Amino acid sequence: MKKLTAPLSREDALSLRAGEHILLSGTVYTARDAAHLRMLSLIAEGRPLPVDLEGQVIYYAGPTPTPEGRPVGSIGPTTSVRMDAMTPALLEKGLRGMIGKGGRGQAVIDAMKKNGAVYFAAIGGAAALMASCVTDLQVICWDDLGPESVKRLTLHELPLIVAIDAQGNDAFAMGQAEYLTTAE
Amino acid sequence: MRELNASLITETVARLCVEANRNPPEDVCAALHQAASSEPFAPARDILDILVRNEGIARRENMPICQDTGMAIVFADVGQEVHIVGDFEAAVHEGVRRGYVDGLLRKSVVADPLRRVNTKDNTPAIIHTRLVPGDKLTLTVAPKGFGSENMSRLAMLTPAAGVAGVKAFVLETVRLAGANPCPPMVLGVGIGGDFEQVAEMAKRALMVPLNESNPDPFYADLEQELLAAVNQTGIGPQGFGGKTTCLGLHILQKPTHIAGLPVAVNVSCHVTRHATEVL
Repeated sequence: MKKLTAPLSREDALSLRAGEHILLSGTVYTARDAAHLRMLSLIAEGRPLPVDLEGQVIYYAGPTPTPEGRPVGSIGPTTSVRMDAMTPALLEKGLRGMIGKGGRGQAVIDAMKKNGAVYFAAIGGAAALMASCVTDLQVICWDDLGPESVKRLTLHELPLIVAIDAQGNDAFAMGQAEYLTTAE
Repeated sequence: MRELNASLITETVARLCVEANRNPPEDVCAALHQAASSEPFAPARDILDILVRNEGIARRENMPICQDTGMAIVFADVGQEVHIVGDFEAAVHEGVRRGYVDGLLRKSVVADPLRRVNTKDNTPAIIHTRLVPGDKLTLTVAPKGFGSENMSRLAMLTPAAGVAGVKAFVLETVRLAGANPCPPMVLGVGIGGDFEQVAEMAKRALMVPLNESNPDPFYADLEQELLAAVNQTGIGPQGFGGKTTCLGLHILQKPTHIAGLPVAVNVSCHVTRHATEVL
């Protein structure tokens, strides 16, 4: 299985193919609906984002509170499509990858192709298992948002599926078509 | 009258919040294990194996099975012979607050739908109370995540739409949900009643044990037919293709108006959670 370390280069993103399983290590940032809205406000006002997004990966996730003696609570992906309207603006700022669950709209796929970015799916609901792949969690900003604050995560071999690659291939459509062909 | 102190309700709700989020019901686990061993599509089997492993880790390590520990939906069947000493609803909300704060569950509730400030303790609960015969109080806590809740739908069909209309609406809902609600899903279908009753029936249908069928053979057959149709969509675990799109589907039905055929589909996920205690 291919191993990658975030932040990702454009070449990393372009090398991945929809349906491929990978293990992601390195640094990623969490951001959900509320953090996306705040980032878009900052962009509209011409102010800097809390993190320079060039090459970065955003994980659409809000973990449970961290128990004593552990680096993180349960953590799995939230539904990505809710971030769709706000995603192309972040891709224009250099965002290289996104981790979530479920499909994406055409405008996001077009912006991914234009900017050389990749969309990964984590296994939705496998949050207790995936907690073992996060070795550190630091709140970066917007603590008032609680589970929706921006957090920096250090990952160790988080299992992901390349759901939509930088060429726009969609592993959901491909997988469903393959199954339906074999089921006939 | 049997007296029941509200503080006991608080303690029980707090415990049920934590228990439901760490230990999904046995029937849901059994259905997931069964699906993992019978799924014919290898990539789908790999995903189901991960979900089975996740459930074991949550149980062994006392961790929430999913990070979306939900809004706390509380069902209370209150015996007519029970006298609750204290404020019932306040006791339930306090139980949710304690369960979510002390149990390290995620606080996923905003105080206002448009101004959106997190309440920081997951209150308020959503409370459904029924008055029933007897001197017992039955409390069920069903934490509901919104990845699946957002995919739920309601339609006021016409009587002429009939069984075919209901089937088409259920399948359309599943197709629109696609990979979003963390399939394999559990589906609760309400048919009949009125606008708000049909939605509550759909929610209650999610708590019917997966190995049971509707007691009316007509609706039991419809459940089987719908489940088979959903599992022919090819959506599969997490939407990456496969047979296992839905672990179980139940229908609850009620009398309705001569002019209407309300139908509601409450979509849930592979960690459909609920825990019950009788006081």
